[in-house]
Amino acid sequence: MTSRRVFLKSGAMAMVTMGLAPSFLARTAAAGSRKKLLITVFQRGAVDGLNMVVPYGEADYYRARPSIAIARPGAAEGAIDLNGFFGLHPRMSAFKPLWDRGELAIVQASGSHDTTRSHFDAQDYMESATPGVKSTKDGWLNRYLAASAAHDAAVAEGRNPLRAVALTSQMPRTLQGAAPALAMGNTADFTVADMSARTSFEEIYQATHDKSLNGAGGEAFEAMRTLSKKTAGQYRPANGAAYPRSPFGQALQEIARLAKSDVGLEIAFAESTQWDHHVNQGAATGQMANRLDDFSRGIAALAQDLGERMADTIILTMSEFGRAVAENGSRGTDHGHGNAMFVIGGSVKGKEVYGKWPGLKADQRFEGRDLAVTTDFRDVFGEVVVKHLGASAATTARVFPGYEVKRSAFHGVLRA
Amino acid sequence: MWTRVILVLSLLAVAAGRPQASAPPSLPATDGAIVHALNRLTYGPRPGDVARVKAMGLQRWIDRQLDPSRIDDGVLTASLARLETLTLDSQTIQREYSGPAMVERRERQRDTPAGDEPNPVTRPPSRTTGQSQEEMAAPRTRPSEAQLKDRQVIADLEEAKLLRAIHSERQLQEVLVDFWFNHFNVFAGKGATRNYLSEYEREAIRPHVLGNFRDMLEASAKSPAMLFYLDNWQNVSPDASSPGGAQRRPQRRPEGPSPTSGAAASPTRLEVARPQRGINENYARELMELHTLGVDGGYTQADVQNVARALTGWTIQPREGSGTQFVPRLHDDKAKTVLGHTLKAGGGERDLEQVLDILAAHPSTARHIATKLAVRFVSDTPPAALVDRAAARFTATGGDLREVVRTIITSPEFFAPDALRAKVKTPLEFVASALRATGAEVRTALPLARELRDMGMPLYFCQPPTGYDDTATTWVSAGALVSRMNFAVALGKNEVRGVRIANPPDDLGQEIGSPAFQRQ
Repeated sequence: MTSRRVFLKSGAMAMVTMGLAPSFLARTAAAGSRKKLLITVFQRGAVDGLNMVVPYGEADYYRARPSIAIARPGAAEGAIDLNGFFGLHPRMSAFKPLWDRGELAIVQASGSHDTTRSHFDAQDYMESATPGVKSTKDGWLNRYLAASAAHDAAVAEGRNPLRAVALTSQMPRTLQGAAPALAMGNTADFTVADMSARTSFEEIYQATHDKSLNGAGGEAFEAMRTLSKKTAGQYRPANGAAYPRSPFGQALQEIARLAKSDVGLEIAFAESTQWDHHVNQGAATGQMANRLDDFSRGIAALAQDLGERMADTIILTMSEFGRAVAENGSRGTDHGHGNAMFVIGGSVKGKEVYGKWPGLKADQRFEGRDLAVTTDFRDVFGEVVVKHLGASAATTARVFPGYEVKRSAFHGVLRA
Repeated sequence: MWTRVILVLSLLAVAAGRPQASAPPSLPATDGAIVHALNRLTYGPRPGDVARVKAMGLQRWIDRQLDPSRIDDGVLTASLARLETLTLDSQTIQREYSGPAMVERRERQRDTPAGDEPNPVTRPPSRTTGQSQEEMAAPRTRPSEAQLKDRQVIADLEEAKLLRAIHSERQLQEVLVDFWFNHFNVFAGKGATRNYLSEYEREAIRPHVLGNFRDMLEASAKSPAMLFYLDNWQNVSPDASSPGGAQRRPQRRPEGPSPTSGAAASPTRLEVARPQRGINENYARELMELHTLGVDGGYTQADVQNVARALTGWTIQPREGSGTQFVPRLHDDKAKTVLGHTLKAGGGERDLEQVLDILAAHPSTARHIATKLAVRFVSDTPPAALVDRAAARFTATGGDLREVVRTIITSPEFFAPDALRAKVKTPLEFVASALRATGAEVRTALPLARELRDMGMPLYFCQPPTGYDDTATTWVSAGALVSRMNFAVALGKNEVRGVRIANPPDDLGQEIGSPAFQRQ
């Protein structure tokens, strides 16, 4: 702990001397024993990681993408330089302050070693965290909820459905399973306003022998009670945070609202969709650029809104696989393999691109066409589960069945 | 009172399978079996349906449902007549309904350079904000004439789909149209797909749901809706020479017979040039993964690439709503190997048919289709023996879907005790069954379509090519139940717009929102 405080202090000092506002890092020490919060964001449809975190130092990147490459930093509409080799897509400037403050890290060439290029299988594998195994019934974060509850009497007692919330209309695979979790479009709609109907529904759902509906019903009424107590009224983002008015931006704002309203939120999930750009992907502008704008502004607003709460929060982004190195015949990209993940938060050792970069030359590519995977996504998930959520060895083993999560495989994206 | 009927029917169904646990030579004749059949083969029983089926005999009723042209559906047909876009061709829809709105959108975008989306993807209004992305991008004003016309195309489809689900006498056909549209899903939010949707459902899906699988597969493969949605219209041979120009120069349109030369002055043609430069494997992959073999059906990445090559040259001119054409110049006419079969060089447009022949006849396809149908009609985990028999029937009949469905829905497994009430209703099934059970009068179904969006099942707006999942894990959740309970309460109080129930009893909302009513 001492070394951590020292680091934080010097980190904050360094930022002051660099002329940057000290951020939530400086306040970490005051965070006390609050629950850790993990917010996962799934980019569904397979984001093109090579245009999101641009390897502008690779000549082969430009050779493979004559019409959709992002120009080098300094050129018109060029990438935002990160470290002399990688740059962010120019529409992701909202991430730059997070990077500069050392609160954002990237894991390049990460993903699954399974070779599928099916969106649906690959999402399934990533959300179950069991690549190649289709019979897995539950999602990785639901197993975390179940396993950690087994070791925490207080959590198990409450079976608080608001411990894990997806801001989606359907329960994502990530959170499906035995432990209570909720999926909701937003908090305000999550109620049955007619009190007499609500009471009688609660009775019949309590009485039913239909196990799955009994369980889901119980969670619904429990959550309604908590939400009506704690999240009433208009929500105003803090610290001048401005969320995009998109569904994704609004979902993130609802996460902030839940995080700040003391409902016991520990795991949150949001999804950003429409990344499957086979046609007219665009480069610095265009379809994908607009999606990246929404994605990065949304997440940056969430970090800003959460303010000092970010000290014990991690935002982790993922996508099922990357896209082919070469553009296809329609100025888009077909399904590929390795991809980039963002890790954002107070305990992140940021301003760093982690992972072994495999290169983009034809013989360095996976199956001759795609960015190779050099970091198993479970080693990134694992580091978050172990270091951020503080999971025991037994819990970790349950979260990643059939995969040994070893500290030696961690990149050190998070402080110990 | 029919709310009691709902409850009694639920109880009957529980008892249905008991008398005949072993394979019955003929269908069980109990009321419970009839309720079960009505639950699964229709959008839910209406008051009086059990008695009607009983009088006719369950076997005969099923036979008739499998032969829908023999069932009079005049009342429904009359109620659909006012939906003027349902019968229009895609070019007319493009020219008179969606085209003007697109021109308007582009003009607006020229004024506001931030919205430079070459291929605008519109989404249904989000649950969070009640606004679509499109609306959010622009200041809220009254919709223009062009916008209203544009929306009418989707609105007519939504209205028709719900009215058919609720009122058609050809219930099994409507269940199957939903199943097969979902199997060959296309997404109304992706650009020009919306121009082609009405024609797609009407001509590629509907005529084949009790016909031959291979026919539907080809109708879908050659449909402008699918060509656009999964990008095959842009899948061209990398060697294709463009006429009189450098090989790599993007062209505005393919050559070949243009059925739309009359529309040459259309202003939308002057927009973004369409590059046509090489292979796009999107459709080839989904064709095998989702439409035919299934993800474990035994194909490789090389098969994906070779199928994509075989499908080069099949294209459309989406900005004109044009029909499908094969442009030989854009086709890769070299030899290809697909799943061990050789497609000889020079196959031209025959390549597509050969690929579909190979895929439709593959045992993995029979198994994939049999499994999906058994999941829809029997249970989320259908018995292996039933899937085997249905797959064998598929193979033996060369993909006769009527016979495959018949095998499944007249099987002992279909009527077995553990299949009864084993399925949780999808939102569409829930809403339609509620309206059927209550005998509601539906003046407009559009508010119901809005309810379906809130429940996570916007009609025609399922974005991924998988279509909607058909199992309980997807549809049972606390949030989904809250939406269903609220709909039930509103319906019971006659507060759902466009819908009227005569003299609803006090506990109607509770019946519809109850755990029992979520199952079928």
